[in-house]
Amino acid sequence: MNIYVLMKRTFDTEEKIALSGGRINEDGAEFIINPYDEYAIEEAIQVRDANCGEVTVISVGNEEAEKQLRTALAMGADKAVLINTEDDVENGDQFTTAKILAEYLKDKEADLILGGNVAIDGGSGQVGPRVAELLRIPYVTTITKLEIDGSDVTVTRDVEGDSEIIETSLPLLVTAQQGLNEPRYPSLPGIMKAKKKPLEELELDDLDLDEDDVEAKTKTIEIYLPPKKEAGKVLSGELSDQVKELVNLLHTEAKVI
Amino acid sequence: MSRKVLVLGEVRDGSLRNVSFEAIAAAKTVAEGGEVVGVLAGEAVSALGAELISYGADRVVVVEDAKLSKYTSDGFSQALLAVIDQEQPEGLVFGHTALGKDLSPRIAAKLSSGLVSDATAVEAAGGNIVFTRPIYSGKAFEKKVVTDGLIFATVRPNNIAPLEKDESRSGEVSSLSVEIKDLRAIIKEVVRKAAEGVDLSEAKVVISGGRGVKSADGFKPLKELADVLGGAVGASRGACDAEYCDYSLQIGQTGKVVTPDLYIACGISGAIQHLAGMSNSKVIVAINKDPEANIFKVADYGIVGDLFEVVPMLTEEFKKLKVHQ
Ligand SMILES: Cc1cc2nc3c(=O)[nH]c(=O)nc-3n(C[C@H](O)[C@H](O)[C@H](O)COP(=O)(O)OP(=O)(O)OC[C@H]3O[C@@H](n4cnc5c(N)ncnc54)[C@H](O)[C@@H]3O)c2cc1C
Ligand SMILES: Cc1cc2nc3c(=O)[nH]c(=O)nc-3n(C[C@H](O)[C@H](O)[C@H](O)COP(=O)(O)OP(=O)(O)OC[C@H]3O[C@@H](n4cnc5c(N)ncnc54)[C@H](O)[C@@H]3O)c2cc1C
Repeated sequence: MNIYVLMKRTFDTEEKIALSGGRINEDGAEFIINPYDEYAIEEAIQVRDANCGEVTVISVGNEEAEKQLRTALAMGADKAVLINTEDDVENGDQFTTAKILAEYLKDKEADLILGGNVAIDGGSGQVGPRVAELLRIPYVTTITKLEIDGSDVTVTRDVEGDSEIIETSLPLLVTAQQGLNEPRYPSLPGIMKAKKKPLEELELDDLDLDEDDVEAKTKTIEIYLPPKKEAGKVLSGELSDQVKELVNLLHTEAKVI
Repeated sequence: MSRKVLVLGEVRDGSLRNVSFEAIAAAKTVAEGGEVVGVLAGEAVSALGAELISYGADRVVVVEDAKLSKYTSDGFSQALLAVIDQEQPEGLVFGHTALGKDLSPRIAAKLSSGLVSDATAVEAAGGNIVFTRPIYSGKAFEKKVVTDGLIFATVRPNNIAPLEKDESRSGEVSSLSVEIKDLRAIIKEVVRKAAEGVDLSEAKVVISGGRGVKSADGFKPLKELADVLGGAVGASRGACDAEYCDYSLQIGQTGKVVTPDLYIACGISGAIQHLAGMSNSKVIVAINKDPEANIFKVADYGIVGDLFEVVPMLTEEFKKLKVHQ
């Protein structure tokens, strides 16, 4: 089975966000694999182990994403591809990323493509369904279970807390929701092996794309931080009095009840 | 510049969701005086057209087909694309719900358009339509404009005020017949797990439990409090990981982001990933037995104490208040 995983490098969830010069300050920040993409990688490895085949992890970004791609290889993926846009594209958006990924994937005859349901930084959840549409294959988002039998696929999809059991078939793109699996940690031998696994680096040219083909359709004009929340009032006294006071405050001062 | 803007009316259990009325309000801003056209897709939904109009839509186009009885991206995208083809809009607004998140990127890809997802505000400023949206799960915000083509956005529930309902408004409800072709993914079964009643992402009050709740049973007092306040129950990842509750309740950077009027955190320490999902709530209350817990740093009001004592007392007090109202 020919399996691809879409992977985004992102800020560690522990990081506080600071701005410098109107942009997110990345200096000294830790980066990780987007947590939902970890589920996608884990699932891809499990599907491969059960059905044979190969797992290729792809990321659009700059050369710093090599580190996260190596981590994916250490987890057990077979190959990695970095599509490096650093020198070609200045302003990109989800249109850009999806177009590049789809252009790469269009002649790969992928049976299964997995991604995260959302990137915890950009947060749009667009890239997976966009790629599927560009490739004209079906997709199911926010999945919590994947069962493959030949080319028949049964997926469980989380829909705002309810579960849909969906029947579909390969080729297919799915996006991972939390609960899909427990992503493994790279083992030491895995890390050693990963160093020798292929990591291919491509640029837009290699995909016969021009900067114009992938020009963003949207533009960020400002980034700002929310007003800092001040610590409020910690109540004191008898517990029953505190509870009464709280209800009163919510009713008369905060006026939310 | 006035624009024609389509708004998808989302139906759940036979009623329109609030977020659709909020989407109409957003569409009015995008339209800058142009026409706002509601779109309904489903099996028997045309009766809901009038309600979209009472919330500000100028008219409504309905696509009805048995194959649209449940949402599928194949079915709904065929319906929507047919309406878009007929109406040739300059703008498109959906709710940022499970349905909107699933469908909007596909339509955007099909139309080669941009898409601003999860907008929490929209304004017309300096000749542009400017959307505000959270990034890094609410640790920061960005303002975005569409630079090319269709102005397409999804709006986060609970953030943009709907227009006042006016049942005297009138408008045409027309139907468009669309042949819905093969669905490549078929829903065999829906397992209802979500608690009856209020949806977490749309709730005005959220009562959230963490590892301090200690067991699945420990969520019961929280549910009782939520019921009294007409709210929903949420959770930290700590509580989900410990299997006290389903992951669908998780709030935070890798869960839902909520912005209710009132958020009550019970037995939650306040890890940065949790704060990302709730710190933009209007009023935050923390109940924790550890006075040093981080959650108190973002709480408007805090009670240091055992949640199993405090929560039932709160429920009783709110009951009394409701009786007096
Ligand atoms: C060339 C280029 C220039 C950019 N310039 C800017 C800029 O100037 N300003 C700005 O704010 N943003 C910029 N971006 C980032 C871009 O707008 C989005 O962050 C990115 O397209 C993904 O959107 P998202 O974060 O909403 O991800 P989502 O759509 O939420 O991601 C969902 C899933 O899609 C997959 N995915 C997402 N991104 C990638 C990726 N890069 N590679 C592989 N898989 C992926 C993952 O599986 C992920 O879990 C640029 C991106 C590119 C490629
Ligand atoms: C990649 C990544 C993503 C993550 N995403 C999320 C996310 O989306 N959402 C999220 O919530 N977390 C997330 N986390 C986890 C986060 O770091 C914390 O581990 C988690 O939020 C802790 O949950 P908690 O506050 O319930 O548990 P704890 O930190 O264990 O806190 C329990 C609290 O309960 C209090 N307590 C105990 N008993 C009582 C009692 N009887 N009465 C009152 N108080 C009591 C304790 O004093 C303590 O403060 C993520 C972590 C990672 C690494």
